[in-house]
Amino acid sequence: MLRYILKRFIQAAICLLGISIIIFMLSHLSGDPALLMSPPEATPEDIDQLRMTLGLNEPFHIQYWVFISNAVQGDFGESIRWGKPCLEVWLSRFPNTLLLGGVAMLFTIIVGLPTGMISAVKLGSWFDNFGKTFALMGQSLPVFWVGLMLILFFSVVLGWLPTSGMGSWRHLLMPAFTLGWYFTASLARLSRSAMLDVLDSEYIKMARIKGVPESLVIAKHALRNALVPIVTLAALNLITLINGTVITETVFNWPGIGRLIVDSIFARDYPLVQTCVLIASALFIFTNLFVDILYAYIDPRIRYQ
Amino acid sequence: MGDLERSQRVTNISWLAKRNSVSKIRTAMRKAPWVSVVILIVFLVCGLFGTFIMPHDPLKTNFTETLNPPFWQEGGSLRYFLGTDYMGRDILSRLIQGAGISMQVGFIVITLAGILGTVVALLSGYLGGWVDTILMRITDTFLSMPYLMIAIALAAVLGPSKNNIILILVILGWAGYARVLRGEVLRVKEGDFVRLAIVAGCSKTRIMLRHIFPNIVNTLVVLATLQLGIVIIMESSLSFLGLGVPPPEPAWGSMCADGRLHIFNAWWICFWPGLVILLVVLSANLLGDWLRVRLDPKFRQL
Repeated sequence: MLRYILKRFIQAAICLLGISIIIFMLSHLSGDPALLMSPPEATPEDIDQLRMTLGLNEPFHIQYWVFISNAVQGDFGESIRWGKPCLEVWLSRFPNTLLLGGVAMLFTIIVGLPTGMISAVKLGSWFDNFGKTFALMGQSLPVFWVGLMLILFFSVVLGWLPTSGMGSWRHLLMPAFTLGWYFTASLARLSRSAMLDVLDSEYIKMARIKGVPESLVIAKHALRNALVPIVTLAALNLITLINGTVITETVFNWPGIGRLIVDSIFARDYPLVQTCVLIASALFIFTNLFVDILYAYIDPRIRYQ
Repeated sequence: MGDLERSQRVTNISWLAKRNSVSKIRTAMRKAPWVSVVILIVFLVCGLFGTFIMPHDPLKTNFTETLNPPFWQEGGSLRYFLGTDYMGRDILSRLIQGAGISMQVGFIVITLAGILGTVVALLSGYLGGWVDTILMRITDTFLSMPYLMIAIALAAVLGPSKNNIILILVILGWAGYARVLRGEVLRVKEGDFVRLAIVAGCSKTRIMLRHIFPNIVNTLVVLATLQLGIVIIMESSLSFLGLGVPPPEPAWGSMCADGRLHIFNAWWICFWPGLVILLVVLSANLLGDWLRVRLDPKFRQL
């Protein structure tokens, strides 16, 4: 077990290293930061001076080393647009995204999981067909269009909900639904196939043969075993949720990380973009690592592969 | 049992098998998602021959005809079938032109990403060892990136243009193919025909291309079809954010973004492009699912 954890840790570290190099290279392709940061009346000597203080004359690998060793200590540099440390700006926006993501996740679990489960149990019924259609639509609808259509219906036609911004719970409903939509559909699909796999197994047949009531077979024997792959696959799909925040927050003007990234790009605030993307990747990689280890702990077969 | 009898039995069986396979193909054809195929063909035709079909110039502004509703609403006319946008441009023509953009991006990306992914999968799966370790670590890194965020960052650095979008989506898209196809290569290379090819003295390149590749083409086709939908959604998402195909080119995503500003008085501007995206992506997904069931027995349970 310890060996497995160690192996996964090293893999995660390599992934993170790779991503940080890619992100760092990107921000260097984007032009000279010294030019961006200096005021328009600055002389070439001033810009050279700034370049020196920023360490931009150093070779690439030294610059990268300075960047990564500072980042590990929580120093991501200063945001050009806000004039504050990037981490501070990120932290001020993160709770909003967390709130939105949390509600979306709740919605996903309440709707997606039971839909998939019931679909699998009632295979071929009208509910199964409905569930399959639902999952397919989730895959095929662009997130921004779902948001726009919700605004069109609930804000423009009915006038029930506010179109954008953040405030009461009524502001939260449409963004959370939009963000959760894709994830809900994929969870419904995953839980359906996981449940089908389990229902096909020998121990379920055994339980039925020995006369366990069908409701108990489903609730105890099948459900618990189906949950293991569902949790893992759901964690892997977390990336769609992280991606979704960018679009959802733009559509609904939600002041979270996703919109921060888009705004920073248009403001050419690359240190902040770099910070946000790096933290998002790290969060995703560590969630995966955690789930993998948890999975290996629950299911010993994984460890010995 | 005489020879004649035996040969008769053999012919009987082969005839049965033949009839069986014919009827199987028939059942399969009946179950094929014909509606999806038709939608995709319409999409292709619009993409290829759009300029001959479109009723108006998609880029021509006309400030006497701004925000015309679709023909069945009051104030709408059959001249502008699906209405006009805030600059008086015909939405139907823009949708047709947009089909060309989405189709180009979609097909070029799935082809290039497919080729790159297949090469990586063949090298990694067949050669094994340190080649496999390095290539798979790189693949894992690409798979564990929040790809939309990286795509946005890349688009911002490279600048919005059609070629850059294609480049970005290829960079982010190949890893999915590599991961799945490598598994297939590992399975196929255990086959006796590969051992025979080694014994016969085939070179590694020849084994990979002539003996293993034909056996993973099915999976490649399925993956590419399913990927088409994802690529179209990604392209339209980037265009929606203003980082995709730059205006005035009518990409479906940027048409939706235009419509967002006029959602209170002109629902049709953002409604139609989204509906078209939905139809095309849904068709690609249905076709991909059907192909997967037809071509890959492993997935029949799903």
